[in-house]
Amino acid sequence: MNPFTYERASDTSAAIELAKGNAAARYLGGGTNLVDLMRETVERPEMLVDVTGLPRGIEPRADGGLLIGAAATNTALAADGHVRAHYPLLARAILAGASAQIRNMATVGGNILQRTRCRYFYDTAAACNKRQPGAGCDARDGFNRYHAILGASPACVATHPSDMCVALAALDATVHLDGPAGPRSIALSDLHRLPGDRPDIETELKAGELITAVELPPLLFARRSTYRKVRDRASYAFALVSVAAALDIDDSGVVRDVRLALGGVAHKPWRASAAEAALKGRPAGPESFRAAAEAELAAATGLRDNAFKIELAKRTIVAVLGELTGDDA
Amino acid sequence: MNFTINGQSVEVEADIRSSLLDLLRNSLGFTGTKKGCDQGACGACTVLVDGERINSCLALAVQYQGRSITTVEGLGSDGNLHPLQQAFVDHDGFQCGYCTPGQLCSAIGMAREIERNIPSVVTADFMAVSVTVDERELRERMSGNLCRCGAYNGIIEAISETLEKMPASTQERARA
Repeated sequence: MNPFTYERASDTSAAIELAKGNAAARYLGGGTNLVDLMRETVERPEMLVDVTGLPRGIEPRADGGLLIGAAATNTALAADGHVRAHYPLLARAILAGASAQIRNMATVGGNILQRTRCRYFYDTAAACNKRQPGAGCDARDGFNRYHAILGASPACVATHPSDMCVALAALDATVHLDGPAGPRSIALSDLHRLPGDRPDIETELKAGELITAVELPPLLFARRSTYRKVRDRASYAFALVSVAAALDIDDSGVVRDVRLALGGVAHKPWRASAAEAALKGRPAGPESFRAAAEAELAAATGLRDNAFKIELAKRTIVAVLGELTGDDA
Repeated sequence: MNFTINGQSVEVEADIRSSLLDLLRNSLGFTGTKKGCDQGACGACTVLVDGERINSCLALAVQYQGRSITTVEGLGSDGNLHPLQQAFVDHDGFQCGYCTPGQLCSAIGMAREIERNIPSVVTADFMAVSVTVDERELRERMSGNLCRCGAYNGIIEAISETLEKMPASTQERARA
């Protein structure tokens, strides 16, 4: 691990001031990913600005939404009564991630900004365009069971590992930022980038910017929502495929509205807009669900080890939507 | 750096890069806490910070200054085992014992999470006023602690028995 200086920020403006103009500064949340990457010398910050003392409140908004301080822990957010009642898919997504120990440490801001778990990204002896632009990608023809089937590029086939972000994408969450140029907001779905030819640039964050809060708009039908994660063991493993879904069905059994997002399949949390469009106005049943899944995965491509995830994603979408209609498949 | 460890105030000089795990083991001699994977995958390094379980290998010590840390040494001692330690003995909750300190601290942290009605991913009803503790819940909640000897059945029996016998809020500072 490289030597670094450590500063604990008392508030948001102090944090931004400390990191300002220093390309080798990193904001430190729970450390569950950054400390690991530092030990592997993938991350080599010269300064850590500890932001765990920044706002962590979870406050209902007058409009029925929710404002979540970025320093809230994953455990606190999943345990929050408002989240459990109004956004159960978010609580379940968070609880599907990592272990209790890690959820107790990890912050909401840090969860959003965690890096891929592609093993070639971690292995400094391997070629990785994300770690070293232009170096090549050993994952493309390597062990790529966990890699992307949607939105990948010749340069990078890594996936974003967060469960929480998949639910946030489905919920149309907004991420509030602050930085040297002042505060701004961005949709969670627009924050993470597809890899293209610059997989080293993972988000739209500008130099020195910090996530200060996440805001959920009200979504009444999210009471009927869930998150399903398919993985190689029953707990404490990253997703092969995951599905966050909320479903609104009218009295005649027709889909009035739906939210659907996928995890484990792309460089970013994948909002399944094509499937949503295919579902609206259709009868809530297996045929519509399968057609929607086919529409979403139409552009998917498989690598040596992960082509099975295309069918797995389709079946998981159908099963989760079935579960939300009371068909407990 | 200043910490409270097992109820005692401690001041120690340490490299800013030290994990809480390395500080406990190498600088302070609390070698009960074990280093397994050193990357947050096995749970052998689990300690309690202000009553909450964390992986001390992923924790930079500098970030935990001023906090109250409990290690396995703070639970019991020779001839004066913690009830959960005794239950691990009674139920064969280990073979080699390397994961055991982490299992113990993790289970005590878990008991508090259950007492605070924090759900797990297998909790069916998020609106229930209390967690229904069954084997499935315990296995999910303890999934952050691996046991390469595969003593899981004994571990779950030991934890179940202790949960039934004593309230979570008394477990961290309990002695048999």
